[in-house]
Parts: sequence; C-alpha cells; structure tokens
Amino acid sequence: MSARLALLMNSPYVRRLGVRFDHHGDELTGVLPYVDTLVGNPLIPALHGGAIGAFMEITAAAGLLAASDLAALPKPIDVSVDYLRPVRPADVYARAAITRQGSRVSNVRVEAWQERRASPVAALHGHFLVKPVGEQR
Amino acid sequence: MTDALQSRLDQLAPLLVSGSPHAADLGFVLDAVRPGEAVVRAPYRDDLIGDPDTGVMHGGVVTALLDHAAGTAAFAGLGGDKALATLDLRIDYMRPAEPGRAVIAEAHTVKVSGLIAFVSAIAHDGDHNDPVATAHAAFMVSRVSQEAADRVRADIEAGRAGPFTRTPGPGEKGSPR
Repeated sequence: MSARLALLMNSPYVRRLGVRFDHHGDELTGVLPYVDTLVGNPLIPALHGGAIGAFMEITAAAGLLAASDLAALPKPIDVSVDYLRPVRPADVYARAAITRQGSRVSNVRVEAWQERRASPVAALHGHFLVKPVGEQR
Repeated sequence: MTDALQSRLDQLAPLLVSGSPHAADLGFVLDAVRPGEAVVRAPYRDDLIGDPDTGVMHGGVVTALLDHAAGTAAFAGLGGDKALATLDLRIDYMRPAEPGRAVIAEAHTVKVSGLIAFVSAIAHDGDHNDPVATAHAAFMVSRVSQEAADRVRADIEAGRAGPFTRTPGPGEKGSPR
C-alpha cells in the first residue's frame, strides 16, 4: 500500500465506515462490510444512498492513488451517482476505472455491486483534482 | 391540504432522521421540514474528518447529508406518505467545509411530475451565499418501497407496530435483519 493510500485509509471517516481494499495485481476492489448503521431506510430495508455514494467516492480516490504517485489526496470536484437497484443489507463491492488521467483533473468511473458483478447497484462518475508528485503549479 | 400536510410532517419529523440508522449514526439533525422542503444539519465531529492534516469533514459526509436532505424534501414534496427511491444524485463540491463548523443542507423540491420529484439542495457552513456544495437529485415513488410502506401503515392501523418496526414481507424470513 502506498503511503498516500494509507493516509486515505487512516482518515477517521473512512475507518469508521469500515471500508477496505482487496488488491489483485494492479486491480483494487473496495469492500464496504455490512453493518446495521449503514441502513438508510429500515422499511425496505435498503442501505443509505449517501453511504453508497461516499463508499464509491472513496473507491475513486483509492483508484487514483493506486494508479499514480500523487502528492496529496485527490479532491472531488463533482460526482454524479446513479442508483440502479435497491442496495440490500449485505456487503457492497466497488471498482474504479480511470477514464482520463490528467495532470490536474482526472475523470473516474466507479461501479458498485453486491451478489453479481453484472448487476451493479450503483454507478458513479466524477472529476477529481489531482496533484502528481513533482508537477509544478 | 397544505395545513394537513404540514401537520403530518410535524408528526413524522422526529422520525425523518432518527428513523434512518445511517443518518442517526452520523449525528444528523432535522432543523426544519415543510411541504417540499427540508433542512438537515451535520454537527462537526472528529470521527467524520476526512483529512487528519486539515481537520476538514470528509466529502462523503456531505454526500450523505445532501442525499438525506434532498430525500426528505422529496418525501415532503410528494405528500409525506410515499416511500421513495433515489434515481440519481449529482454533487458539485465548491470548497472544503470549515473545520469545527456544522454543515447545513437546505433542500427544496423544484418540481413534482407524476411519480418523480426533482430536488435542488445546497450545503453551507453558516453562510447560505457561500456554499460548500450544491446538489441536484431525482427521486421516484418505488414499487418495492411503497409495498414496504403499505405494510407498515397496515401494521400501524391494526395496532401491531409503530413506524420503523416492520413485519416481514412475502417471501422474507421471520425476523427483520
């Protein structure tokens, strides 16, 4: 794990959410382990859309940190989240794909799923401000 | 109608945040709910910090806050008696929230069209004109949510349970998860 990814993982909020990452070669899969406090609507029951959005933002940032050497944590500029299916009370997984890696701004897509990778529960795309190591601004 | 809706919202108000385990866990507070509008606050807490070097609250907390405020505004815009699903949520992050300050999300329903509510929201840390983030979201009355809500209403009317305690739906195991 890079020092920056460690910094992301050490953020009190990320620790509190319980997010972890499984590394398979250069692929990074985010895991949001299910706990009762992630439920947004107990009637359905479904996980909170905000928790899913936050988890995908963290996965996007981790994907950017894994892909290049950054001097600071990526900062979200904008994100757009599509909620595709009710997110059941169970673990959620997510993987980020960098659409465009720029010297200042990167465009990232994230898909989140539960039982089946082919049936995503949510999708995010967004722009993040990045600061590659050694870049002059 | 508006008065009836406002009194229904006033009655439900204590549940609109505390009835959502995730919103309650993050310490959200409902400041106001009116037909089509909601104000929800996230008091500053050390365990919600994103970057320990700066003490700035994590963007994910702002995401969850805006989602919750927008969803509550949509609920209040669609008559206060329908269960909703979020279709999409778009957030623009304008600046970091000031460390130590609560973040306040103000959401209003721009338009209700059939089963869809379009909602606009801003998050700020004291000055409404200097937003931390803005958001747009669309919500829809969903079949699965509505069936769950109908079961609960039937339970309440039959005196079997209160809001946010539920009996299992068809095909579900006995105990709520």
